[in-house]
Amino acid sequence: MQPIHLAWIDYAILLAYVAFVIGIGWTLARYMKTSSDFLTSARSIPTWVTGLAFISANLGALELVGMAASGAKYGISTAHFYWVGAIPAMIFLAVFMMPFYYGSKARSVPEYLKMRFDERVRALNSVAFAVMTIFASGISMNALAKLLNQLLGWNYNAALWICSGVVLLYVLKGGLTSAIYTEVLQFFMIVLGFAPVVYLGLKDVGGWHAMNQSLQTVASNPSALLLKPAGEIYTAHAWTSAWQPVLAGPESNPMGVDWFAMIFGLGFVLSFGYWCTNFLVVQRAMAAKNMTAARNTPLVAAVPKMFFPLLVILPGMIAAALAVNPGKNYRLPPPPIDSDKFTIAVQVLAKSPSQDFEVTYSEISKAIGIKMSKEKVEALVKSDAVLSLGSVIAQDEQAQAEAQTTRTALKQLKRGGTASSSDIAAAESKVADAKNSLSAAETKLKQTSSALNEQLRDAVMANDYDGVILSLVKRYCPPGLLGLALTALLASFMSGMAGNVTAFNTVFTYDLYQSVRRGFVDTSREVTIERVGKTEDAVITPKEPKDFHFLWMGRVVTVVGILLSICAAYFASMYNNAMDIIQLVFGFVNAPLFATFLLGMFWKRTTATGAFVGLFGGITGSAIFHALTITEGNIPGVKGGYMHVLKEFPSEMAQNFWLASFAFTACFVLTLVISLVTKRTKTDAELKGLVYSLTPKIVDHNIPIYQKPAVVGVVLLIVCVILNFIFW
Amino acid sequence: MGLDIRWPIGLMFTLIGVLLTGYGVVNRAGSVSLDININLIWGVVLLVFGVLMLLGASRGTKNPPSA
Repeated sequence: MQPIHLAWIDYAILLAYVAFVIGIGWTLARYMKTSSDFLTSARSIPTWVTGLAFISANLGALELVGMAASGAKYGISTAHFYWVGAIPAMIFLAVFMMPFYYGSKARSVPEYLKMRFDERVRALNSVAFAVMTIFASGISMNALAKLLNQLLGWNYNAALWICSGVVLLYVLKGGLTSAIYTEVLQFFMIVLGFAPVVYLGLKDVGGWHAMNQSLQTVASNPSALLLKPAGEIYTAHAWTSAWQPVLAGPESNPMGVDWFAMIFGLGFVLSFGYWCTNFLVVQRAMAAKNMTAARNTPLVAAVPKMFFPLLVILPGMIAAALAVNPGKNYRLPPPPIDSDKFTIAVQVLAKSPSQDFEVTYSEISKAIGIKMSKEKVEALVKSDAVLSLGSVIAQDEQAQAEAQTTRTALKQLKRGGTASSSDIAAAESKVADAKNSLSAAETKLKQTSSALNEQLRDAVMANDYDGVILSLVKRYCPPGLLGLALTALLASFMSGMAGNVTAFNTVFTYDLYQSVRRGFVDTSREVTIERVGKTEDAVITPKEPKDFHFLWMGRVVTVVGILLSICAAYFASMYNNAMDIIQLVFGFVNAPLFATFLLGMFWKRTTATGAFVGLFGGITGSAIFHALTITEGNIPGVKGGYMHVLKEFPSEMAQNFWLASFAFTACFVLTLVISLVTKRTKTDAELKGLVYSLTPKIVDHNIPIYQKPAVVGVVLLIVCVILNFIFW
Repeated sequence: MGLDIRWPIGLMFTLIGVLLTGYGVVNRAGSVSLDININLIWGVVLLVFGVLMLLGASRGTKNPPSA
């Protein structure tokens, strides 16, 4: 990919953002007096701020990039992640779960588990969560550094360390408040940075109606855009209706999902599991200043969230609609070609004029490793660039040899010591000439190869869906707007890291460090003391260290967390499958979690052993489920089926949704059964404030009706249902 | 927390708005996308947004209406 050139205005916008972010951290630093200020924002932030941070923490760049990718691949059905998934879950969190999180005074989700169950459940959850946050932030930073490297030609290492350094600066200074404030800044940055791109895209494609018509063409032959294998045809509204294709069955919608997996798997298990139990988002609500504010946080967040498909999914749909219009001269971006693969391909091209086209074609396909378009390779082979490639390479080699010989000649002259000064001068000018012609030859070669790279990429029969959003930004943004859009993207990557690091921080300091420390250090010990010749037995009860100790610890953990994230980023960049594996493990750990919370919060009979075994069983269950199922077209391995293939799913998404449903059910049933056969360890009094039936209902007579979570929740739910019907 | 977030948001978008608008005025040819001077238009939008945020912050109501 040709790096794009940024103008000074773009850099100015970028720098302004970075300066403000660091400035916020600096300003907040003087309010950071206790560990609670640093790690939980001392529960003092207004609702609209926590609300925007709540969605912002989730609106990382991967979401931004991924949703546009899915918009192109699956069309409007992608919005189910919002209208079936996120919104109902956020309302449930606000109305039913927040009272326990906030009311229990727990500082983190694992700490709630400790209060409700015991140390084992907390440990399992907090360790899994800590590892996940580190990898999530590593993935985010790796993606950012890669992007800066490909897009702007920056050095990968420099980009990684500088961006991490900026995050470190502001999180270290201002703690969670810093992260939350920058998330709000980032929210506006993303909305205001991408809205013009969407607007221009929509204008380009001819408006909403024209886009829908183009997408009908896409649906009638998706293989033309390489969206689906040849021969797969869908009904006209497959890309433009949210429900009809899903209800018609997995063969009729591009996602390959049936309605049950959609509603139960995505809508119930995955979404509720993510939005209601993931500390990364829940932490934002827990930082609110009072119970009403905490409960309203997810509701405030739900309002923009409902309309986000316009901002994040629509660009993907626009891209697909553009690509199907030959007049628009746009194709869904092809994947970048690795430099070593490219080198081999160029060698093949260089000798192509002298050999049969079929041989060249198969060699090129082999070198690139992906299926190539025959027509495009043929055109490429016949192009002037390739025909002259041999002579360009020969010229370059000749120039190199010339440079070498003249240099050696000059060296020998100098070493001999007998040569006259005029001989040396002549030899020196020869060296200079050779250098000039070498650099000319090299420029020529570079130009030729970068043109070849573009054309080879274009011939690749595959799409890099993650590049969709960037391809639109590049297409529509003049300098200035380009800087704004790139800053928005950069902001979302960095806040992805900041959000994860602050969540890691709190969980590590309070749930792992403080609790383990108590276990080892703070237990009372019986000792024998020798005092003035007399020995006596005594009990020593060490005191908890001062809060300052934990503030200091929180800071150290921030640094450690960021260093670990950088390691995770390198890990993700080294192995191609790293990302797949990590996301897979996330799925295993997250899917069953909501069953534990549901039973724990709403059934007082649930025991700690039941919860622990259920959670463990759910995680193992999902790993086994994955090992026994596979998606059509995938080979057994990372994508599943490595033990034995019992069931084949039409798409990865279907496999994913069913896996979540299975894990949830396994955890639910196990927890239920084991709770019934084990004894309760906590009394009703101990569970007050932690379990629904044992907690006095919150009376909210004294707050205005538009702030009552139940009322607002119902209104939002109605709007969400209406949205589903509009795009039926 | 002592800092009203609307100050930095307002300041930043006002600054970026001014930059973008200025660029759109000075470099008209380089700001056009699909026949619109998008830098100028969007710069003004950002500017208005930034100023509104600043106004909100300076009026100093502790919390803007939520939900």
